[in-house]
Amino acid sequence: MSAGLPDQGYWGCKAMISEKYDLIVIGAGPGGSVTSRFAAENGASVLMLERDREPGIPVRCAEGVSHSGISPFIEIEDRWISAKIDIAILNSPDGNSATMYNNGAGYVLERRIFDAALCELACKKGVTLLTKANAIGLIKNNNKIEGVIFRYLGKTYKVRSKLVVGADGVESRVGRWAGINTTVKLEDIDTCAQFTLTDISVKKNACEFYFGVDIAPGGYIWIFPKSDHSANIGIGISGHLAKEKSPYEYLCEFVSKKYPQGKTIYTVFGSVTTSATLKEIVSDNLMLVGDAARQVNPITGGGIVHAMIAGKIAGTVAAEAIKNNDFRKHFLKKYQRQWDKKLGNIQKTMFNLKNRFLRMNDEKFNRIVAFCQKIPRNEFSLKVLFAEAVKGDPKLMLEVAKAFVVSKIK
Amino acid sequence: MLIIDKELCDICGTCVAVCPVDAITVNEFEVIIDNKKCINCLKCQQVCPIKAIGVVKP
Repeated sequence: MSAGLPDQGYWGCKAMISEKYDLIVIGAGPGGSVTSRFAAENGASVLMLERDREPGIPVRCAEGVSHSGISPFIEIEDRWISAKIDIAILNSPDGNSATMYNNGAGYVLERRIFDAALCELACKKGVTLLTKANAIGLIKNNNKIEGVIFRYLGKTYKVRSKLVVGADGVESRVGRWAGINTTVKLEDIDTCAQFTLTDISVKKNACEFYFGVDIAPGGYIWIFPKSDHSANIGIGISGHLAKEKSPYEYLCEFVSKKYPQGKTIYTVFGSVTTSATLKEIVSDNLMLVGDAARQVNPITGGGIVHAMIAGKIAGTVAAEAIKNNDFRKHFLKKYQRQWDKKLGNIQKTMFNLKNRFLRMNDEKFNRIVAFCQKIPRNEFSLKVLFAEAVKGDPKLMLEVAKAFVVSKIK
Repeated sequence: MLIIDKELCDICGTCVAVCPVDAITVNEFEVIIDNKKCINCLKCQQVCPIKAIGVVKP
């Protein structure tokens, strides 16, 4: 019998699980599964723990991604695509709109299938995935992290590992267990509600956004098509502006005006951080990935691609740490440095830009959309939009321009 | 002390992210507030997307 696993109870899969691993990854979303895959591919033994009964559910996501963002990580398959997107429509408070045609191709995903597909890729590389396994703490010896304690079908288990990755989402506690401050300020989190409505008329190739302090203070409303007759319609509002009225109430107002005939087939609540990446995303024997590390685009709230990019770096560095038998923070910082270079620094710029957006009034949104309308179709891009938004702030203008040069954000 | 209306709560964990004292835990089935750790800052209540957190006198 394996150490730490009792003889009795509903284990039922002792054959599938070892008493220790090189790496235990907590969370099987895009961040966790990509971390696991790259660590296993580079020789690590990996156990991935998922709290829910299957990866990808419940879906707490608007499900929009860019083709260029996900294609390095997975072969595109129709089975996890709900809609192919090629335009974005921005709606200002005064009812005006501007259409962006050249922001690159995108998809609205079927997250439930997409997340499982990513897990399959990880499992193919030798990762062991255990669902319904809820991590409740870290095994510590003289404060040194030596594995994970989790609940599984009514019992507590302790499995050892040299390294732990917390990819446990916005509600992450893994970082806190390791002494990393992950608390988010109210102005750096958007509180969200989303309906999937059916029996409505939607443009299947367009993602639509609605702005305005009366409809979505500090955030926006999105309409992401799932088909030509259904869509994810959601809202995020800044946490510090959510005292009196919940995002649910704002969303109900919007939907009852715009889609009074729509029928709800899914209702979900959640949140997304709109901060910079955490100052510390590694400590001795531990790394944080994805929402848990606050690796999210603070302007759009998009986190899938951020999590996958971070996961690839973290998984690769984890495998190197295992080869070198060095799990100290000093070594793991390599992940943090590579992340900053790849996206972390850009995220900081986007965070500064978000703070600027937070201070905008409806008049400014109206002006930006009116300005965008006049730009020739082939010249209108996010870069032009952001440039207009930061006009009058030379420091931020320069920062945004640099970010676009570095990343070629489209 | 804070209580969670379990009929409203969607177990999204938004409250966990803003809690400054790590007083909130979440599992597959429920969110639990440890009122011994709670400092009554009410950030969780403000940010909850469905306002499922209420204050009651102990």
